[in-house]
Amino acid sequence: MGLLVEVVNEMVLYSLDFDVKARDFDSAGEVSSNLRSVLKQLSLNPDVVRRSCIACYEAEMNIIIHSYGGHMEIEIFGDKIRITAEDTGPGIEDIELAMKEGYSTAPEEIREMGFGAGMGLPNMKENSDFMDIKSSKNGTTVVMEILFK
Amino acid sequence: MRIKVVELVEKGFRLVAGDNGIDKEIEGVYICDLLSWVMAHAKAKSAWITIQTHVNIVAVALLAEISCIIIPEDAKLDEEAKKKADEEGIPILSFTGTSYEAAITLYEMMK
Ligand SMILES: Nc1ncnc2c1ncn2[C@@H]1O[C@H](COP(=O)(O)OP(=O)(O)OP(=O)(O)O)[C@@H](O)[C@H]1O
Ligand SMILES: [Mg+2]
Repeated sequence: MGLLVEVVNEMVLYSLDFDVKARDFDSAGEVSSNLRSVLKQLSLNPDVVRRSCIACYEAEMNIIIHSYGGHMEIEIFGDKIRITAEDTGPGIEDIELAMKEGYSTAPEEIREMGFGAGMGLPNMKENSDFMDIKSSKNGTTVVMEILFK
Repeated sequence: MRIKVVELVEKGFRLVAGDNGIDKEIEGVYICDLLSWVMAHAKAKSAWITIQTHVNIVAVALLAEISCIIIPEDAKLDEEAKKKADEEGIPILSFTGTSYEAAITLYEMMK
């Protein structure tokens, strides 16, 4: 029985795939809004829904603001959600520094829109149970998992 | 005391978008113009006061489970934001006074 549960939990029950365009502020938040309606339909715990959506939104915005474009994949398992955000772009030079609250390289015109508080990566860390960032001069990949618990 | 978004309309707030969300309850007020700060700290069911008027405020409100957005000082809402708020049922209200005046009006109503 234990084994069966494990096998079921490791199966992807649902998966979503989105392209995210750089600087496309008009459709910004589409990925996260879509994720929200899927998670609501699955009647998941509201806290899991909220945390997943916040983590997803921040990753989506970072692709839009800081990269040349990318794509996001969301996989829903029996026991967790995995969000993968992959972009081509300049990458993050110093990940530890980028993770600090308040650190941002967002340009002035984007700050005027209310982005660039330097809270996106800390929010992603705070709202996920697992987070991994890989970055090079060619782009960035962020993987986050939110457990149903 | 809890109030509903619709009750704001009688107190000088003008509903400019998201009519189908006016039955949402308000349990608190949050004021900030930095979007990811709002994401991090605004509580669900807040009325959110911000001077930002572009479409992204609707996504933030939706994802952070915010009950309504209040735009002070008659700042004009972007057309795209209105469309999205109507679609998602996030009420947006315009207010002539400052953020501070909007907040004390809400405080008086909720106490
Ligand atoms: N996908 C990415 N590609 C390149 N650089 C990135 C990426 N994501 C984050 N960064 C870098 O890390 C910094 C911190 O990111 P974080 O999301 O915490 O803040 P922000 O996006 O600048 O502001 P906020 O998220 O509060 O609007 C960014 O300013 C940027 O320099
Ligand atoms: Mg960010």
